[in-house]
Amino acid sequence: MKAGSNLERVLTEGNFAVTAELGPPKSADVETVHKKADILKGKVDAVNITDNQTAIVRMSSIGAAKLVLDKGLEPVVQMVCRDRNRIAMQSDILGAYALGLKNLLCLTGDHQKFGNHPTAKNVFDLDSLQLLQMFKRMRDDKVFQCGEEVRNSKKAPIVEPRLFLGAAENPFAHPYEFRAIRLKKKVNAGADFIQTQLIFDVPRFKEWMKEVVGMGLHEKVFILAGVMPIKSPRVIEYMKANVAGLSIPDALIQRMKGASDPKEEGVTFVVEMINEVRQIEGVRGVHIMAVEWEEIVPTIVERAGLLPRP
Amino acid sequence: MIVGERKPLSEIREMLKGYKKVLVLGCRTCVAVCMAGGDKEVELLGSQLRIASKKDGDELEIVEDSVERQCDPEYIEPLKEKVEQCDAVLSMACGCGVQFMAERYVDTPVLPAINTNFIGVTESTGVWTERCAQCGNCVLHLTGGICPIARCSKSLLNGPCGGSHDGKCEIDPGVPCGWQLIYDRMAKLGLLEKLEEVIPPKDWTTSRDGGPRKIVREDVKV
Ligand code: SF4
Ligand code: SF4
Repeated sequence: MKAGSNLERVLTEGNFAVTAELGPPKSADVETVHKKADILKGKVDAVNITDNQTAIVRMSSIGAAKLVLDKGLEPVVQMVCRDRNRIAMQSDILGAYALGLKNLLCLTGDHQKFGNHPTAKNVFDLDSLQLLQMFKRMRDDKVFQCGEEVRNSKKAPIVEPRLFLGAAENPFAHPYEFRAIRLKKKVNAGADFIQTQLIFDVPRFKEWMKEVVGMGLHEKVFILAGVMPIKSPRVIEYMKANVAGLSIPDALIQRMKGASDPKEEGVTFVVEMINEVRQIEGVRGVHIMAVEWEEIVPTIVERAGLLPRP
Repeated sequence: MIVGERKPLSEIREMLKGYKKVLVLGCRTCVAVCMAGGDKEVELLGSQLRIASKKDGDELEIVEDSVERQCDPEYIEPLKEKVEQCDAVLSMACGCGVQFMAERYVDTPVLPAINTNFIGVTESTGVWTERCAQCGNCVLHLTGGICPIARCSKSLLNGPCGGSHDGKCEIDPGVPCGWQLIYDRMAKLGLLEKLEEVIPPKDWTTSRDGGPRKIVREDVKV
């Protein structure tokens, strides 16, 4: 084991993993984080803590992750390249590891234009691949990006951050022909696990997975398929119109519109989706992104037959 | 070339408040080509200012002139007399020209009439787009001749990100995705396998991050 996290254990032991997402509040409200953690505890193997998602200022992912950890649920800290340079990023993971956090997901980050501070300057000192590479080197070679050893002084012990490293990949972004190759680059850069963008378009996902399997990448990295319960027809219509990098079939919008109980339909849909992606070669788990609907996750996990967690 | 765009008249009027005699000074190089601050634009802005000040009843005398380049000592030196007769210079050059004028004529306020936007090209008449972000360490040989720093909204060296869609960038459907362009060009050149290598973190010391930059060429120095 590289980091010894619960998520790493579950995956390494060959279980079908389940992760979820927890969005920190737009305030310093601890209660909200605790409540969400209580709902998810025992129902998932780890929970992603988003990092100022869609460029909206929220409680820091590391801070919220520590609150979640203290509740007995394992977090996956998300980190985007938009807001910090290599100095801050390395410093932050030293802190994160010191606090007991063991999983980290490296992301590019949405452009600040989408958030509540569109006038901000962005950083993008590194991209997500370089970020992965840097953290892998810190863990495996015990050196910082600059080449110095991860130790306080020549005589001090080396204490490197041992993190289980993840990355995202979006099979639905363009160009399609490059998406499996980009996954390969992420694996080479140091990804231990991958969480995919939300899947609504199963044929395209299958096509991508076929390429991934063809390259043998599924044997080098744990792939978790991203799924989402749709709360209402309005949500999915909004996403189709406004969220970059998704492929949403019109039939799905029609299905949600025609449902007498949209929430129930949303849950049925996501359970079907989980059962479908489970059958695909190379898929080692699901990542359930129930944005601002965390309370539905236990129902989904149960109905998909994924309880109890190993 | 350096591409700029003239500031709105209202902003310029606000800047000029209190001045009685102003030299509107054009630059005949980059900003003339991008139709922001050459002779024609000086003439237009001069007339607009005269009309506006007449309408508002304030006294404003406008003197018009242009030089070859405001970023070169030899061209701004002859302006001495004209500048001294005015109580402000409204420079229609890029930010470099404005500053160089201000460095030469330290007793006269030099004000910017142009927003300096980017280094770019004339895509077609009236359309200019950015090409280079002056990183100081060109990587165009790795990316099919398309700049990932200037043309990807996130300056990714290993793109495209998950927001690339139908050739467009996630930030705006009117913005081409720089990495789609790179991909297409590398495919055309038969060099796609090059994109499989991870480009390492960039050394930004040669860029603005390293502080103000300077080049000294001993071989041509006088
Ligand atoms: S790589 Fe640097 S120097 Fe080359 S075009 Fe891009 S910004 Fe300019
Ligand atoms: S969509 Fe393309 S241009 Fe825009 S940020 Fe992503 S890779 Fe860069």
